[in-house]
Amino acid sequence: MKTHIKNIKTIFLLGIVLTGLLAFTPANEEHKLSADKGYAIGDVVADFKLKSTTGNLVSMADNRAVKGYIIVFTCNHCPFSKAYESRIMALDKKFASQGYPVLAINPNDPSAYEEDSFENMQAVARAKGYTFAYLQDETQATSKAFGVSRTPSAYVVKKEGDKYILQYIGGIDDNTQDANAVTKRYVDDAVSNLLAGRPVVNNFTKSVGCAVKWKGV
Amino acid sequence: MMKIRPFSIRFGIILIFLIYVVNFKAFNQTKKVDIVKFEDLQKVLNQVSDTTVVLHFWATWCRPCLEELPFFERLNTEYSTKKVKFLLISMDFPKDAETSVKGFLARNKVQSKVVLLDEPDYNHWIDLIDKEWSGSIPATLIINTKIQKRKFFEGKVNTEIFMEELKKMWTVTIQN
Repeated sequence: MKTHIKNIKTIFLLGIVLTGLLAFTPANEEHKLSADKGYAIGDVVADFKLKSTTGNLVSMADNRAVKGYIIVFTCNHCPFSKAYESRIMALDKKFASQGYPVLAINPNDPSAYEEDSFENMQAVARAKGYTFAYLQDETQATSKAFGVSRTPSAYVVKKEGDKYILQYIGGIDDNTQDANAVTKRYVDDAVSNLLAGRPVVNNFTKSVGCAVKWKGV
Repeated sequence: MMKIRPFSIRFGIILIFLIYVVNFKAFNQTKKVDIVKFEDLQKVLNQVSDTTVVLHFWATWCRPCLEELPFFERLNTEYSTKKVKFLLISMDFPKDAETSVKGFLARNKVQSKVVLLDEPDYNHWIDLIDKEWSGSIPATLIINTKIQKRKFFEGKVNTEIFMEELKKMWTVTIQN
């Protein structure tokens, strides 16, 4: 009888230990990684409500006629972002009328860079004549959700019903310094693929940029 | 009436001029910025050597980079006799190499070896430095090809952890 109880205790303990081990399997770690790294291709991108330099609050759902958006995380201070300013404007000029307007979001903590203050964002938008919304991610919750780590960073989303599905993550093209030497137009190609009813061929690229300045870090 | 300059004053002027010229030349030497392509970095990555190499990606306009530059400069000086080499790889635009980059290095008396990477197709080589790298700077790779060990840091390094990892690399090779 005693041995019988001892066995049950042992099995019970083993059960607890196994459950404990299973709770820490790599599968769980993978989930943790993707949460930190932001959206992956094919993910539903949650809508946001961010303040535009025009003073309005802007969400993706505001414009019902769009087919999707070219979301660019960019800022005022970063030389890599500055080098892309005209090209970002050109993307809006080319694709807004076709259903894919640009939405620019500044992910940075403005107290870290005076150039990235809301007033300076407004000044830049006015001076350059931005035709697209330039939004401030005040709480940085949207930037965290996207897993943005550098500026500039581009994300193309396609509208499916009332959801926005992520189709492209990465750089704008393959030459930051020299717009005339560009050979691969990543965002342009991605949006063109989508407009032609095809999936994006090259849906993930990396680029060098300025690290996002997170609040409290 | 002609003023005759005493010899000592003339000598003083020439001496000051010479000191200026010598200092200026010395400065110029430390300011040298080699422009390299990625294949040059690849040589460093592939070359089997028991020297630990620190590849540090930065730019003159990157504020967090400037905050930790003194740390790397100090290590470069302190460990000059150790088997460790520091390479500061600037991501400044090549067009700024002779102007703002050189100027920055001179003003800050940067002693470490600095190169400017001219390889605009970033997507092509970021993963070759480290697959986890998103491409943001600052970023630092410690590598020892002899013992085949590497450690990558994205963002400003935690100086304690960096020193631990660095010492791990060269301690092992000394034992070998």
